[in-house]
Amino acid sequence: MTVLTQTKTAAAATPPAPRRRKPLATRAYKVFRVAALAAVVLFLVAPLFWMFLASLKTNVDIYDTGKSFLFTPTWENYANVLQRNNYLVFIFNSFWVAFVATALSLVLGVPAAYAMSRFTMHRSALVVLMARVIPGVSLLVPWYYVFSNLKMVGGFEVLILSHMFVSLPLIVYIMMSYFDSMPLELEESAQVDGLTPIGAFQRITLPLSVAGIATAGILSFIFSWNNFMFALVLSGSKTKTLPVAIFDFVSYASIDWGGLMAAATVVTIPIMIIALFTQKYIVSGMTAGATKG
Amino acid sequence: MSVLTPPRSTHSRRAGRPPGARENFSAWANRHRKWLFAAPAMVFVGVLIVFPLAWTLYLSLTDSQGSVRAASEFVGLQNYLTVLSDAERFWPAVGRTLSFTGVALACEVVLGMGIALLLWRPFRGEKWVRVAILMPLVATPVAVGMMWRLIFDPNIGFVNQLLGMVGIPAQPWLSGQDTALGTTIFMDVWQWTPMVVLILLAGLTSLSEEPDEAARMDGANAVQRFFYITLPLMMPTVIVAILLRGIDALKTFDILYATKGKGGGSFHEVETLNVYAYGLSFDYNQYGLSSAVLILFFMIIVGSMWLLTMRKKAVSK
Repeated sequence: MTVLTQTKTAAAATPPAPRRRKPLATRAYKVFRVAALAAVVLFLVAPLFWMFLASLKTNVDIYDTGKSFLFTPTWENYANVLQRNNYLVFIFNSFWVAFVATALSLVLGVPAAYAMSRFTMHRSALVVLMARVIPGVSLLVPWYYVFSNLKMVGGFEVLILSHMFVSLPLIVYIMMSYFDSMPLELEESAQVDGLTPIGAFQRITLPLSVAGIATAGILSFIFSWNNFMFALVLSGSKTKTLPVAIFDFVSYASIDWGGLMAAATVVTIPIMIIALFTQKYIVSGMTAGATKG
Repeated sequence: MSVLTPPRSTHSRRAGRPPGARENFSAWANRHRKWLFAAPAMVFVGVLIVFPLAWTLYLSLTDSQGSVRAASEFVGLQNYLTVLSDAERFWPAVGRTLSFTGVALACEVVLGMGIALLLWRPFRGEKWVRVAILMPLVATPVAVGMMWRLIFDPNIGFVNQLLGMVGIPAQPWLSGQDTALGTTIFMDVWQWTPMVVLILLAGLTSLSEEPDEAARMDGANAVQRFFYITLPLMMPTVIVAILLRGIDALKTFDILYATKGKGGGSFHEVETLNVYAYGLSFDYNQYGLSSAVLILFFMIIVGSMWLLTMRKKAVSK
């Protein structure tokens, strides 16, 4: 820790930067920091890179430890995953479920978060946030019973409903902390100018919350895309989502490592591309409400 | 309040409707907007939670098994007695759940704080480090489990290859009875430390500079300033991070199922409460028993959250 915070000793004389102080690190600390950060980046990214490398190998090459880095890359595994294993269908399923669940949750969740924030309905908010705490298994047995009686298991409706159960509390949580930090004055002056409260919400608050809604929507999409347990029980062979479909490559007898890694890469790549372009939103969503004390 | 002013929205001028009704409705809607906005979401979550929870509670008092439709007898607290006296599956699962969560959280908070401190001050290439930090966070947990399964494979895995280069003998990792749980904890730390970093970094950047500056004037060194100034000020944020991460860590399912399959492996070496309850429900169809386990599990989660919230209130004062 000594080395970590030594920078502060020299920083007193510098003019305050907007948000953070200027770095005036000693040489030793600079070297240490670069090395430490490089190690962190390597630790976080290398496994993903390894997964991608393995997806380009034949199974023979994967079993040959001499060919860890030097091998002839092949797209065979991807062709296998996308064509013979119907992955295009599963990609569509995952996308459709995540998209509809997110859209519906936004429609329900944004006004609810607004009301809960403006009228400080803490107890009501607790009801919705309870959904984040309850173990999913305890919901699955009753759901499965009801939905199989309604002949809905294996359809998209059930999957979307169950994923909304993940998305909605997340959206309410993020949007509440967003509305909490939004000044009341704009709405009030809009109402003085003759808008109704609902009109003010529609025409003033909503347009100003686009960034918050984007944050909530992106995170909800990612969580829904990654969700495994609900789809494991509630999806049928036609509505299987990607995280469940991965298990096609694992059997008791053997594992098709190349295919498995290609499938894992296919699941992860879309979400990583989204994350790459929406970094700012993901960070603000993940840290929502964390610092209000 | 402007409830009484006629709404100026274009809707009220739509043809074919008596203007009075539209205005009355609008006035009514505005008066009741609190519940009009909040009710749909609450009803949705309420129906999907309250009903299943009540059902789980009811099932936990019956001997329901085989099929939920099959006739079942009311057996009182029998299931709870069975579960609580089960030293073979239940208590080990409680132990694994708590040690998985405890160890993973401890590593994540310590590592997370270290990385957050490294990232605190701006530097060149910051953007790339931030991208790298996001990647594990958004990766699909099941895919992450499969990825580590290959990397930790005792025969062809890269980790044992690396160890071999420095002369350490190959380890069984996920396939070892004693090493499996530790390996899954490592996977959890890899995936979720970034989330702790993001939360703590947000906390660090919102700290005010004065206390730190004052301590420096008084001659405190870096270590002292961290432990006596920064850390106490960060405590509420640290607890929020533990709270958010803890809820999910207790309920970890995806990576355990992806790496060890049903029942947490053939010796149940990574069987946590969530995995155990899932197996009871969907592999053995013991709905009565599994509901009792779930109710107890739920009480553990709520109990630990309540303790943390109390702690946070104490620190924030």
